[in-house]
Amino acid sequence: MIKKGKIATFFITVIALLILIGTTSSWLFKDTKLGLDLKGGFEVLYEVQPLKKGDKIDETAMSATLTAIENRVNVLGVSEPDIRIEGGNRIRVQLAGVKDQNEARQILSSTAQLSFRDVNDKLLLDGADLKAKGAKLGYDPQTNEPLVELTMKSQEKFYEVTQQISQMPEPTNRLVIWLDYEEGDTYEKEMGKENSKIVSDAFVSQPINSDKAIISGGSIDAEYGKQLSSILNAGALPVKLDEIYSTSVSAAFGKDALDQTLFASMIGIAAVSLFMLVFYRLSGVVAVVTLLFYIYLVMIFFNGINAVLTLPGIAALVLGVGMAVDANIITAERIKDELRSGKSVLSSFKAGNRRSFGTILDANLTTLISAGVLYYFGTSTVKGFAIMLMVSILVTFITNVFVSRFFLGQLVESRLFDKKKSWFGVKESEIREL
Amino acid sequence: MSFNPTKFDYIKHRKLYFTITIALVLVSVLLITFRGLNLGIDFAAGTRVEIASEQVLKEQEVRDVIEQSGLDADEIDGIQFAQGGKLANVTFVGVFEKEQIAKTKQVIEDKYGKEPSVSTVSAQVGREIARNAIYAVMLASLGIVLYVSVRFQPLYGIATVVALLHDVLMIIAFFSLLQIEVNLYFIAAVLTIIGYSVNDTIVTFDRVRENLALAEKGGRKVGFEELGRIVNASLQQTIVRSINTVVTVLMTAIALYVFGSESIRGFSLALLVGLVMGMYSSIFIAAQLWLVMKGKTLSKTKQAS
Repeated sequence: MIKKGKIATFFITVIALLILIGTTSSWLFKDTKLGLDLKGGFEVLYEVQPLKKGDKIDETAMSATLTAIENRVNVLGVSEPDIRIEGGNRIRVQLAGVKDQNEARQILSSTAQLSFRDVNDKLLLDGADLKAKGAKLGYDPQTNEPLVELTMKSQEKFYEVTQQISQMPEPTNRLVIWLDYEEGDTYEKEMGKENSKIVSDAFVSQPINSDKAIISGGSIDAEYGKQLSSILNAGALPVKLDEIYSTSVSAAFGKDALDQTLFASMIGIAAVSLFMLVFYRLSGVVAVVTLLFYIYLVMIFFNGINAVLTLPGIAALVLGVGMAVDANIITAERIKDELRSGKSVLSSFKAGNRRSFGTILDANLTTLISAGVLYYFGTSTVKGFAIMLMVSILVTFITNVFVSRFFLGQLVESRLFDKKKSWFGVKESEIREL
Repeated sequence: MSFNPTKFDYIKHRKLYFTITIALVLVSVLLITFRGLNLGIDFAAGTRVEIASEQVLKEQEVRDVIEQSGLDADEIDGIQFAQGGKLANVTFVGVFEKEQIAKTKQVIEDKYGKEPSVSTVSAQVGREIARNAIYAVMLASLGIVLYVSVRFQPLYGIATVVALLHDVLMIIAFFSLLQIEVNLYFIAAVLTIIGYSVNDTIVTFDRVRENLALAEKGGRKVGFEELGRIVNASLQQTIVRSINTVVTVLMTAIALYVFGSESIRGFSLALLVGLVMGMYSSIFIAAQLWLVMKGKTLSKTKQAS
């Protein structure tokens, strides 16, 4: 009466699944995107303020700012930046895996309003006159000092401007190059300051018939020169950015957090597996095999929707393991109830499955409601938690309905266990006669 | 002494459970009102600097390093140590500018060899986070009550929400008692508990509904005593799975609390407390409360007829 085919199906499927998981999971985890709390990086919420008082921040200004920030992020070469406008006048920037966070933050938010003025602060040229990618770090051929070379769009215009200045009486024949000139700033006042906004004030004795201007001198070292050229090339920000929320996690912190939490996860999963085996015997074996496949499937879905794994996300995955076996527990307990009432193994299995589904659905949907609310209100890492929780719950349905039922079904229908009710965790003494 | 949870009479001492619960709730409310919560910078605004080192950190040394970065040690709001003193969590009332962040990071990295983590929250954003947290808790509770009311009956919904608010209150009171920092992850834990602790209540109610339908077969009226027997039997029948489903999640939460990263320790602890209180409330509050409320409707219909 024992159907060997069913037993064979069970073992073949289990082995096939294990091979699939074993061979592809390293690829799967490599493919998983890590959040900034795991691989280091920073997140800043900027409030966009007008440069000049009275200017309005409207949608056009916001999208121009977004583009400017995106250009700058491209300069930084971050692989997966997340930049989005939030609630009218805010921009959230998340950069995971940035090497030099301080530099990145500087590059992101400096307005970089370049202007060429005379000593009387009259505007002659500005950033818009700079050629695309027109700024680059160079070295003085004689002294080998670092300098920033600016290439202008129009050689003629630059000639005119330098001609104008060269005709001014000495020592006022200077071409003053400003960064972030604000109304009220004057050449005389600014020159006396430390960290001056004036990056160059070279004498111009005759018109320059070239499209090149050069910033050199004290403040320009190789690093600052490179940074300045990057900012200038990315274009000026049309607005001022105020940091109103920020988190930065160093790569070392992130790695420690990842290692510790992965270790904790394995302990948690092992404990749950052991518990299931001891308490539910055969149903427990099925639960553990299903669990492996469950984790695998969650990661596939998670990567599939391009979600980013965060520290609380890992916590959600592990909690999800604890919750996923709930479905197995509810079903296994239900089967035990049916067995105790004197039913056969096969009909207990069928009744247990049928009656437990509604309960499992209700129990999981409430958690799904919570996770949905958390997703709506949460930001960044908390959102990562909510997404993982939702994915976990949805996958629970799939593995519980299709996978564990299939496995247990094969075993039960093989009729090998018809007389072995203790294999389901039921004591003979508890079974009532029908 | 042996205790068999499948034979225990759960409803006999329900007045005692109600008394204990009411007392606990009162103590919790007083605790939260007078002792308050240790709000982290996510809600209270400010700056947090996490310093990690290979050696055990000394408080005075940390203060000196902070001063080297151009800050006044008076600005420090608090220093907490973790992981055997190799991790220091320094909070400031003020919100650092990005230049200050860069400088502080540099000084600390030069001193301890590891770049610290720095977070800032402005007062405005802190207020928003707090407001959103309250909205989220209310919205999730409302959604679950509605769901339970529709899937079951409004009476089950009311019993569920009472149990649920009890769980949330207990978590908050626990954090108030031990003055553990409340941050964004705490809210995530509370919402998870709101969603999850209902599970046991639902499993029990599911069984109550099933047993009640069985008893009412053929239009038979069920009196209060029989209703009590049904609730008790349902609790006895579902107690093992109620405990086991929580135990598995509890195991994962404990693993995260003991072995997990420092930054989710508070989160794991909130889950732990919530899970245990959720188990208590679904057995000793939700089902019993439903029994009392349902019993009231029975006596009303009796008077009416």
